[in-house]
Formats: sequence, structure tokens, C-alpha cells
Amino acid sequence: MYKEYLTVSNIVGPLLIVEKIREVKYGELVEIETAAGLLRRGTVLDVSTERAVVQVFEGTVGLDVDRSRVRFLGRSQTLGVSEEIIGRVFDGSGRPKDGGPQIIAKKQLEISGNPINPDARDYPSEFIETGISSIDGMNPLVRGQKLPLFSGSGLPHARIAAQIARQAKVLGKKEKFAVVFGAMGITFEEANFFIEDFRNTGALERAVLFLNLANEPPIERIATPRLALTCAEYLAFELDMHVLVILVDMTFYAEALREISAARKEIPGRRGYPGYLYTDLASMYERAGRIKGKTGSITLIPILTMPEDDKTHPIADLTGYITEGQIMLSRELHRKGIYPPIDVLPSLSRLKDKGIGAGKTREDHADVLNQIFACYARGKEARELALILGEASLSDLDKLYLEFSDAFETEFVRQSEFDARSVIETLEIGWRLLRLIPRAELKRIRLEYLDRYYYERNK
Amino acid sequence: MSQAKVIRVAGPLVVASGCSGAKMYDMVKIGQLGLIGEIIELREDQAFIQVYEDTTGIGPEEPVRLTGKPLSVELGPGLISSIYDGIQRPLDVIRSREGNFVTRGIELPAINREKKWDFIPVRKKGEAVAAGDILGEVEETALVRHKIMVPDDAGGRIKEIKGGKYTVEEVVARIETAAGLKEVRMIQTWSIRKQRNVNKRLMPDEPLTTGQRVLDTLFPLAKGGTACVPGPFGSGKTVVQHQLAKWSDAQIIVFVACGERGNEVADLLLSFPELKDPRTGRPLLERTVIIANTSNMPVAAREASIYTGMTIAEYFRDMGYSVALMADSSSRWAEALREISGRMEEMPGEEGYPAYLASRIAEFYERAGKVICLGSDERHAALSVIGAVSPPGGDLSDPVVQATLKVVKVFWALDDRLANMRHFPAINWLLSYSLYSENIKSFLKNKVAEDFSDLRQEAMLLLEEEAELREIARLVGVESLSAKERLILESARSIREDFLHQNAFHPQDTYTSMRKQYLMLRSILHFHHQGLRALEEGRTLESVLALKVRERISQMKYIAEEDAGLLGVYLEIDGSFKNLREGQE
Repeated sequence: MYKEYLTVSNIVGPLLIVEKIREVKYGELVEIETAAGLLRRGTVLDVSTERAVVQVFEGTVGLDVDRSRVRFLGRSQTLGVSEEIIGRVFDGSGRPKDGGPQIIAKKQLEISGNPINPDARDYPSEFIETGISSIDGMNPLVRGQKLPLFSGSGLPHARIAAQIARQAKVLGKKEKFAVVFGAMGITFEEANFFIEDFRNTGALERAVLFLNLANEPPIERIATPRLALTCAEYLAFELDMHVLVILVDMTFYAEALREISAARKEIPGRRGYPGYLYTDLASMYERAGRIKGKTGSITLIPILTMPEDDKTHPIADLTGYITEGQIMLSRELHRKGIYPPIDVLPSLSRLKDKGIGAGKTREDHADVLNQIFACYARGKEARELALILGEASLSDLDKLYLEFSDAFETEFVRQSEFDARSVIETLEIGWRLLRLIPRAELKRIRLEYLDRYYYERNK
Repeated sequence: MSQAKVIRVAGPLVVASGCSGAKMYDMVKIGQLGLIGEIIELREDQAFIQVYEDTTGIGPEEPVRLTGKPLSVELGPGLISSIYDGIQRPLDVIRSREGNFVTRGIELPAINREKKWDFIPVRKKGEAVAAGDILGEVEETALVRHKIMVPDDAGGRIKEIKGGKYTVEEVVARIETAAGLKEVRMIQTWSIRKQRNVNKRLMPDEPLTTGQRVLDTLFPLAKGGTACVPGPFGSGKTVVQHQLAKWSDAQIIVFVACGERGNEVADLLLSFPELKDPRTGRPLLERTVIIANTSNMPVAAREASIYTGMTIAEYFRDMGYSVALMADSSSRWAEALREISGRMEEMPGEEGYPAYLASRIAEFYERAGKVICLGSDERHAALSVIGAVSPPGGDLSDPVVQATLKVVKVFWALDDRLANMRHFPAINWLLSYSLYSENIKSFLKNKVAEDFSDLRQEAMLLLEEEAELREIARLVGVESLSAKERLILESARSIREDFLHQNAFHPQDTYTSMRKQYLMLRSILHFHHQGLRALEEGRTLESVLALKVRERISQMKYIAEEDAGLLGVYLEIDGSFKNLREGQE
């Protein structure tokens, strides 16, 4: 049996300090038995010859200094996996939450994972059709990409994520597909929305859910996304499945991290978040990808709500530096009643160039995309100008751009929640709108494509 | 060796006791796994060690082995085309041995010990050689002739030297020195934190051409110079870095992916063997060394990675090559420094960064330069350094940006407003600067065109005027501008869209030679001059702007790299204006 310690000396926030320990290792899993006989778990954050600092996942409420018993388990936190894991619901620490039995594990995997060798990575290049024009047309998603949704409170990010999970497919292929869903600190209603949506579309049978809700211990959230990603790695790289991982809400995750950092009295970085937030987020986001010689892939869509819609807030900012682009939601479009309210200008998909073009989507895709961006940007500039000086002061050309950008929002961006447009349909809408602009203005499109796809409006 | 053991573990920081006799920056090995670390502070017999691997499972009482040697890199044939982690472990070999994930405690030689290289001596027995002299050559790849140099402490008279096939560890020459007989092998080691010696430093006076129009024409970098590319995420820093790695006319490229995305490294690794060097037609990988310490790899190794890259770059410079080092991104390196400093409970400076941040950055960039190498043949070489900086929120007052700007001479300011308009490369022409324009003026005059610098000056002036005119137009409307002013707006727009905008993913547009850049800019400005003249002669602005030749100008970037087509555009401009004057258009 494990040695039990009754030598807890301090309890500070989520941290427990245990004295007079022997042979404790950094990162070791810890079990704490409260005076009432309840079990909690934690992990070693700092260890020296005299004492260990233990972070308690379920929080320290109800723990006392005198009677808490601490056992060090000699291993780090693991997740037991087997094929049976698909279709199950777990809590934020990986215990079954759906009333079903424990998983009979074929393997115990460490949830911290090992970094993928950069030399083993295969470059993501398979276009995923989400059926959403503003993503497929303008910021295409590819398999193995990590593309976050930058949202704000009150914006319909959950509906968009569910729509992607429902509609996502790779053109011309039928493959094993799974969704892994990790919820950190979201409300019951929000979690339930996803579960119901998965259930109604039959997606639940090929999904694995890890749920830590708003009323559950915040420190547990540190483990939840890692459990989800460990599960995804197993499904992708051992069972050859294509896995879509959705993590909501990264903001709550980062806040839990900040709480621990504050309790350890670490020197804070920006806005009180620890200096290692970047490294910590990267250790999760970078687990997405493809591996040479493996069929499966992990595509990651983290969702975060930006406090005050501020994209320079550390969580959004650091996420943007790690992920391969971002899909930005706009309150302005949402107020105009446009769903999905995706603002394409600040959105970006860094991996799009390898995923689109002849043989993947269509030869003209890249040029059309660049041209629409340029036209929409100019149209929005014209709109600002019209606000100050009145529409009459615009040049004729600017009026055309203005018309273009309005039509772009209502015809291209706007679509119904259950409308799955093919990428060709999306491109055709794009061309229809581009014909509003004179041909000589379309400098981003190669002549051959203009010859093929651009014809005068009244012909 | 004394018996040292672990007394504390906190993330990447390990404290060990019983380390008397250890020196600062000595390498140590920790625990049964032998995790590699480096001593960064000594307090009596306690050593503070930053560990280059994940420390999970390490605890007090575990043994620490002191090696007594500083953290070093191996230098010799076999470096080119390699991919290393932050402390020069070969990732391709690790993958074939350990699988797709990087595990811990791996110890592998950085340079292949079995491979035999064909050593061709260039010096003979009995000749006197000094430190840095070239003894012989090895054809490492079709692009790189690896020079075997006399080590710093081995100047003297050659006692023995023989060509033939050798592994890197075999003796290729023996030299009689003042301190006795020295054996020279093709491999040598060098401490990563120590600058390699040179004979003399020179002023940079030659441009490093990159094929990127906005950089080469407006904000050139000199060979041996330093540049900094700061910008918020999504503004195209990495694409700029990759373009430079692909197209700049350095002979050797060292690319340090420091705390960045794994997929970007995969992109480099997959595209470099296929991309051809525009000058020789050989794969670009044959002149490239990649150091990859992605953001999810251990944070302390990220701190070391830029020094590993720099030392390798210096080594190739010493052979007489023009070398370019790209570091993407130095902010991640600074964050690693901050994380370690925080764990050591040092007093923080700005934004939690350690107080020595600025001096470390200055020290790093100062290792760049144009030099006369060691050795009696006084060969010239250059090491250019381009560092990306990722300031939080794109805020240029960030301590890393500020400390970098104090030392670098070229500033390529990426602007996310331009990126949103899909103007790439999103380099803001009003904020960026280059302090090398004067140094390289005479080079451009002799090698590209007599009037190149004048054209550049005029283009900059037009862009400057445009900014002012747009401000006025914004306030009072475009109609209030004169025809001449509106022509300036149109010409500046043409410079922006037809010249500065460049598509990195278009096969023709991705690289533009200096000659083509010159011809393009000359045509754009020629249209402007002719336009001004036509206005003076009483033609309307509308008739000038309606000229069909403008479409030809806008398509110039897609014309192949030969004079005929480009000069054709120039002549067509003349023709169009002639017709306009004669009333035919």
C-alpha cells in the first residue's frame, strides 16, 4: 500500500502543502482523504526535500490541516482507454457521468502527453467542407488544423460549433469520424444544447464528452482539456479515426490556471495571468495535427469568449499566436441579425493555401477569396466614409464597392443554421457578387480565371 | 566527481545540492533518465539547473551527474539538411528510433558518426597554417562545400595531411604546434554561449536580396545586417520569414523555429526538399539547417535553441559563406527566459521579464555582422540575422520589441490593418525603415541600375504624399482634390497594388529579381510622369485613367523574368500616351 501522510501544514486556495515527505516525484498523482472519508485527487506542483505543494482538483473546501490523509500514487494522471470510450459521457476528471459502467481500459495513457516530433508531422492539406460559406469560401478549415472561434458573451458560438460538428466532411470521402467534446466551466444549458444537438443528429454515438460545468470545481478544468485530447490522440492515431475536438470555453480554463498561479504567489504576467500561459496553452493546442503514415487526424476548434470583445486580451492573443488562424465573430453582424455572424476580415485560416485549389476545391478558389477580401475591405471603408460625408460624396466606384459589401453580408455570409452549402455553391455566390465590380478592378484574379468565370452582367 | 543530488523540482527548474566545483553554464544530467540540464545559478554548493526536458517523475534524492563541460554543439560535415531540437538532437533520427512522439532522456550524437566523407586537402604537408585556415574541403551537398578549418588552438606546421574517405571522428591532419602535435578531425565542438572568433569586423555594404519587392526596393537588408519583424498574430510574420528562408541570396540558411507551431515546421520540412534554389536549381534543403523547438516542446530548450542556431550559423560564416539566420520568434525565447527567471524568484523588470532581457537581446544580435574570417587568406563572410517578434496584442511598446529595436538596423513593421485587407506582405511602408539604404547605394548603382535609388526615393515620396492626400480626402471629399493630386493618389495606389503587393503562393509572383523589380517600378513611375505631362497638356484625368495599358501594368508581376515582356510594358505606355495625345484613345 501507499504511505499515508498526516502532515498537511498549510492549505492556500487550491493548494495543499504536505511536510516531511519522502520519495515524492514532480507531477505525481495524489489522493487526499478528507476527515469524512471522501476522496479527492491532486497533483504535485513543486517538491523539495522537506515538502510538496499539491494542487487539489476538486478544490480544498472542507479539507482540514489535522485530519486529511495524503497518499502519493507514484504515477501521473492517466486516462484508461479502449474502443468502448466512444459514445460515453465523463465528468471533468474522467469519471463516467452517464450512469454507465467504468471503461475496461486496454491502455492507461498519461494525460500530459508527449510532444509530436516535428519531423513526424504531416502537413494538413485536406479541405474540410463545413457547409458554411464564410468558413469554406473565405477561411477554409483543413484536417489537422487548430482553428479557434473567437467569440464574446451573447454571441452564437455554440450554434456555429454544433453546425460545424454536424456538417463537416471531407469531399468525396467516407471515413471513420468522431467528435470529442471538452467543456470547461460552461453552464448546464450550454452543455445540454450540445448534447441534445449531438443526440438529435445521431452524432452522440460517435462522440466522447468530458464535462466540467460552471458549478463544478474550477481546478478540475486544468485536467479536462487534457483528458479530451488524450482521448482524441487514442482515437486518431491508434484507431485511425478523424477526430474533431471542440473545447469550450478556454477563457475559464485560463482563469483556473490564474487561480493556481496566484495561490502559489508567482510573479504574474499580463492581467494577472501566469507568464507560462503561452507554453501551457501550446502544450494542448499543439496536440492537434496529422502524423506521417497514420490515417487519423486531430482537428481542434477551441472556443473562447473574449472579455469585452478585446482580441488583445492575453487569452485571445496567446491563442492566436499558437493556433493556425482564427474565426472571429462580430457583434455588429449579430445585431444586424446575420447568422453566422462571422467577420471575415479579421478571421484567418493559415493553412488554407494547401487545402484549396484545383483537385481540392476549385482552381479559382484562392484568387476569388483574395479578391473578395480586398473588395469587402474597400466596401467597408466606403461605408465608413459614407457615414461621415454622406453617400453622395462617394465616387461611382466606391458606391459599387458599398453595394458589394452589403450584398456580401446578406447573401454570402448569411445562411441558415441547417443550410449546408457545397463549396462550389459558395464560389458561385462569390462570382455573382464580384460581377458587381468592373473587371479591370479585379486585380487579384488571374486573367485566365477572369476569362473563364467573369462575364458581363447583362449578357 | 562529487555526489550531487536533487533537492527540489519546480517545473523546468531543478535545484541540486553537493555541486561544489561545478561551473556556471555547465551541462548536467539528472536522474536515472539522464535528463539534460544547464546550471544557471550557483549558491554555495547548490546549483540551480534549467532542464531541457519535461521533469515529470523526477523527485528529491535522485542523482545528478556533473559533466564539467559547457553545453556545446557539434560542428562538422552532416549539419546541412538536418533538423535538430533546441539542444541539437537530431529529430529525424529520434523519430526513426523512438516513434512519432518525442520522449525523454534520449542521447544521440548530433552528427552522424558512421557516414564517410570525401576529404580533399587544399594544403600540403610542411606548409605553415594559422588558426582558421582551410585545410581541405568536403562536398557536403551539391550546394555546400564544407571547409575543414584549423581549430583555434592548432596553428603551426602541417606534419601530415591526407585525402580520402573519412568519418568525422577520424584524423585527417596532424599539425605541429608550439604546444605539441595536434590532431585535426572534421568534427569540433563549440560552447553555444560563446561567440566564435573572427579576424576583423566590417561595415555591411551589399544588399541581401530576397525577391520580395517591398523589402528589396524600399527597406533593404544588408548582408551582415540585422532586421526585426514585429507584428500581431495573423499579420504574416511567419510567411515573411519563410519567404526569406526560401528566396534570400544567402549561401547558407539557418532557420530557428523557436516556440512556434509544429505545422509550420512540417511545412518547411516538406516544402524545402521540393523548392528549387532560383540560382542553382537544387533543392533549398541542401543549404539549410533547421532548429525546431516547437511551442509544446520543453521551454528551457527553447531558451537554448537560438544560441544553438547562432553557433551553427557562425561556423558556416567562418568558412567564408554568406549566412542568414532566421529566428521565429524571439518573443517566445524571451518568454522562456521569463519563465525560468520567475521560477528562480528573481526580481522582475518590465512585464515580468528579467532585468537582463535587453542585454541578452543586444548580445544575440551583435553576433551578426560582415567580417574578415580567421585565417591567412582574409576571406570575407557575412552573417545576417532576421528576428521575428510577436508582441502581445501587436503592441510595439512591448519590452522585447523595444529592446530589439535598440539594436537592429532594419525594421519591417507588419500591420494587421493591411493584413485584413489582404495586402501581403503586410509591411507598413510609412512605419518601416532601413538604415542600410546609404551603405548599399553604390552597390545598387553598379549592379542594378544607375537610377535605382532615385526611383526608390520617388516611390517613397509618392506613398508619403498619398497618406497626406487621403487624410485631406477623408475630411473634405475626393472631388476637392486637383486632377494632379488625384493622379498622385492613383499612382500611389498602383505602387501599392501592382508593386508592393506580392503573393507568396503564386508561382511567378513569389520571387522577383532585382532587375525585374527595377523594370516594374520604372514602368509604374513612367506612367505617372506621362500622366502628369498629359494633364499639363490639357487632357482630362479620366482619359488618362481609362488607358488600357493600366491593366498591363497591374499584370506585370505575373510576367516571366525576362526583359522583353517588361520592356514591352514600358513601350506600350509610351504608345498609349502618344495615341492619347493624337486623340485616338
